[in-house]
Amino acid sequence: MKGRIIVTLKSGILDPQGKAIEGALKSLGIAGVASVRQGKVFDVEFDGRDRKQAELVLKQAADKLLANTLIENYDVKVVVTGVRQAPQPHR
Amino acid sequence: MKSAVVVFPGINRERDMARALRLISGHEPAMVWHADTALPEGTDLVVVPGGFSYGDYLRCGAIAARAPIMDAVRMHAQKGGLVLGVCNGFQILCEAGLLPGVLMRNAGQKFICRDVYLRVDRSDTPFTRGFNAGQVIRVPTAHGEGNFIADADTINRLEREGRVLFRYTDPAGALDPAWNFNGATNAIAGVLNEAGNVLGLMPHPENHVEPALGSTDGRGLFAGLTEHFARAA
Repeated sequence: MKGRIIVTLKSGILDPQGKAIEGALKSLGIAGVASVRQGKVFDVEFDGRDRKQAELVLKQAADKLLANTLIENYDVKVVVTGVRQAPQPHR
Repeated sequence: MKSAVVVFPGINRERDMARALRLISGHEPAMVWHADTALPEGTDLVVVPGGFSYGDYLRCGAIAARAPIMDAVRMHAQKGGLVLGVCNGFQILCEAGLLPGVLMRNAGQKFICRDVYLRVDRSDTPFTRGFNAGQVIRVPTAHGEGNFIADADTINRLEREGRVLFRYTDPAGALDPAWNFNGATNAIAGVLNEAGNVLGLMPHPENHVEPALGSTDGRGLFAGLTEHFARAA
């Protein structure tokens, strides 16, 4: 099972890095870009298969360390991967 | 004054800080490792120095703020003990929740390393009693993330309660956006916590304490603290 935490700057918080990227995209001639905000993605792998527990762990990680909630928002997602069918008898 | 300097991996200003403390207070500070869980008995002042703790990974100061020693620093502050954070130390204290606000990337996006002018707005605190109110000092600065921001309510409170002790100004002490090199809200360079015993400051007064280095403008901070504890004793 995998999880993903996405951390983004709150609206209204100045993002100089996003601004610089926006400028670079414009100077590359990539048309139609109105603005860019930079964020962070954290991919986490879990040993267990308890989805609810995994979601709690992700939220705890974001609250305690990965996001500074004064300036950042976060979103967590749990992705259940590699769920295999139970083995069937071979005939 | 018994001081303790907290050392995290990636901190690089701890010896400058220890030297300034030793020179001016006359006492050798204790160097305390991040993995320690207690401060030396009888510590008066805890200093979190500058540098690049944990390589500034995640956010400046974020990982250091959660190190084991920080619980002891938090307890020291809760009991009214003095805490000073300089540069990365300021960022660490903000991340630890001991000071309000956040130090964002400099508005001009560049790391700025040069001398700047600071106006000392108050002289009636343990940290600033070695200065005169309104005095302008010249001190070195070296940071990429010193742009102090907080929500409007917090900024209003800081101003109303006189908790902004240092501001970036021109050499005469006047506010001027051209001298607010990192874009900090209200040119804030140093703020106090609510209880008045925790100070965060971006520039480095510890580097201007000896005539050989061209200026002694930073001495007032350490001389004031030393006097504060000498009088309390």
